[in-house]
Amino acid sequence: MKIIVLMKQVPDTETKIQVKPGETAISTDGVTFVINPYDEFAIEEALRIKEAKGGDVTLITLGWDKAAEALRTGLAMGADKAVHLNDPAFLTNDAHSIALALSKTLKKLQYDLILCGKQAIDYDNHQIGVRVAEMLGIPHVAVVTKLVLEDGKAVAHREIEGGTEVVETPLPAIITCQKGLNEPRYASLKGIMQAKKKPLEAKKVADVDASPGEVGQAGAKTVVLTLTMPPDRAAGKVVEGEPEDAARQVVKLLREEAKVI
Amino acid sequence: MSGVWVFAETRDGKIIKVVNEMLNACKTIGATLVEDVAAVLIGSGVESLAKDLAAMGAKKVYLADDPKLEKYSPDAYAKVLVSLVKQHNPSVLLFGNSAVGKDLAPTVAAKLGVGMCSDCVAVQLNAEKQLLFTRPVYSAKAITTVVCKDKPQMATIRPNVLPPGDAKGAGAADIEKVSAAISDSDLRTKVREILKSAAGKIELTEADVIVAGGRGMKAPENFKLLEDLAAVLGAAVGASRAAVDAGWRDHHDQVGQTGKVVNPTLYIAAGISGSIQHLAGMKTSKVIVAVNKDPEAPIFKVANYGIVGDLFKVVPVMTEEFKKMLAQ
Ligand SMILES: Cc1cc2nc3c(=O)[nH]c(=O)nc-3n(C[C@H](O)[C@H](O)[C@H](O)COP(=O)(O)OP(=O)(O)OC[C@H]3O[C@@H](n4cnc5c(N)ncnc54)[C@H](O)[C@@H]3O)c2cc1C
Ligand SMILES: Nc1ncnc2c1ncn2[C@@H]1O[C@H](COP(=O)(O)O)[C@@H](O)[C@H]1O
Repeated sequence: MKIIVLMKQVPDTETKIQVKPGETAISTDGVTFVINPYDEFAIEEALRIKEAKGGDVTLITLGWDKAAEALRTGLAMGADKAVHLNDPAFLTNDAHSIALALSKTLKKLQYDLILCGKQAIDYDNHQIGVRVAEMLGIPHVAVVTKLVLEDGKAVAHREIEGGTEVVETPLPAIITCQKGLNEPRYASLKGIMQAKKKPLEAKKVADVDASPGEVGQAGAKTVVLTLTMPPDRAAGKVVEGEPEDAARQVVKLLREEAKVI
Repeated sequence: MSGVWVFAETRDGKIIKVVNEMLNACKTIGATLVEDVAAVLIGSGVESLAKDLAAMGAKKVYLADDPKLEKYSPDAYAKVLVSLVKQHNPSVLLFGNSAVGKDLAPTVAAKLGVGMCSDCVAVQLNAEKQLLFTRPVYSAKAITTVVCKDKPQMATIRPNVLPPGDAKGAGAADIEKVSAAISDSDLRTKVREILKSAAGKIELTEADVIVAGGRGMKAPENFKLLEDLAAVLGAAVGASRAAVDAGWRDHHDQVGQTGKVVNPTLYIAAGISGSIQHLAGMKTSKVIVAVNKDPEAPIFKVANYGIVGDLFKVVPVMTEEFKKMLAQ
């Protein structure tokens, strides 16, 4: 089974985000970067399938130089090889443009299954997996919490309002992963040592048969006009006193001041 | 040819709430662009819902009614939408940010080769008559405005953020039936079954009031306190991930980045610390009340009203007080 995982390096959710006035990208100074948490579910699932059925796992990321660290971490978890789309001409937050670069890369590879996260927690596009599936002409199942492989097909549990949809798809397909699917492992010391020797291939725009005008910022279908810090919520009232009295006061304030009841 | 279009998602035989919110916003957008507001209604046996869409402000309803469209399928629904878009070239195409919307919108955008903005919390026309989409990013720690370069300008819209219309308009919409022309080979994925969850009945993303509990609730049976409060307020019950991971609540009740993004008028958080991932799902609520015994809990930074104290003492009193108030 040839499995490919699409993964992105993102700022850790706990890090402070800062945007300089007038800029449309965050300042990366002092920001800790990690593998997108939903992509860790994808890597873990790929490794479990490989362990159960044999095969190999290839990681792909599109990102700056530093993103190679995330690939090494994925290799240390147990993936076999990695591809790094590392060219300034690839860089953008636009979902179409990222998906196009990834799908051009995938067209030159063999795969039975592609796994990715439901969303990247930086720009929260929530689109890449679905778009890549369309560009490759294969089906997708999104926001999956359970995956069972059967002969030539997959059965996936997908979250919907008020329940779970059990969806069957032929393979190859793209599955976008949600929490619940598994518990991602940590890289072992041995894994970290081995990862240093595993193949990590860097690719430029020309290497994936893309033209510079169609990927990266040049190929973007959306334009980011502003990126700002949201206004702080106005300082709230902390109601003092005995818990019971405070409760009475807040109920009253909700009607008389906030007027929401 | 033109149009300001809304995908009219249905659930349990009804048009979902966010559709009314989007159609209401589209009335102004349509008037400024001098283009008609239309809804695209897809399903099986849904024709009778067209009049509801007219009441919400749609001048035109494109109706694809076919037994093959009974259950959502990205292949089938996208096929219908893409063929309609290619025929009529609308300027705008909006979806609710629901499980279906989040899946269908990027599928359609990819087939059309256009841009799309997810989970928008505001939509405005700029001076060039382009739609300006506002969306939270980086777990709601930053906010961005984006425009789409091509038409249709596409987005999914967070439920409960745009003001709804009264949905009582008398206008009749012009219904255009479109044949779905779906063959079995079009449907690559198949829904085998739908497992209903044990979660609360009121859909969190549409709820006007939410009462949510976290690890501070200590045990699953204690959620009864929140259910009692919710019953008085007609609220939905939500939970933090800690409460869900502990197995106290169904995953469908989870609020936050991994769970539901909600936007109620009133959000009451009991025994929830207010982690970034939880805030990412509820920070835009209009009024937030926090009950937490730790005065340093980050939830107080976003709360309009905070009570530092034991929730087991506070919540029952709130329930009684609301009951009295609402009985008057
Ligand atoms: C990738 C990722 C995604 C995540 N997604 C989500 C998500 O979608 N939703 C989510 O909620 N979390 C999410 N988390 C987890 C998040 O980081 C926190 O761990 C979680 O929100 C904590 O839940 P909590 O506030 O209930 O628990 P805690 O942080 O343990 O807080 C419990 C609070 O209860 C208070 N308390 C205790 N007893 C009482 C009492 N008797 N009266 C009053 N107060 C009391 C305590 O003071 C404390 O503040 C995610 C994490 C990651 C890494
Ligand atoms: N630059 C990237 N490189 C590789 N995979 C990506 C990239 N961006 C997004 N993805 C994948 O697509 C998923 C959804 O991302 P998004 O649509 O950006 O929210 C992520 O969880 C990743 O698995």
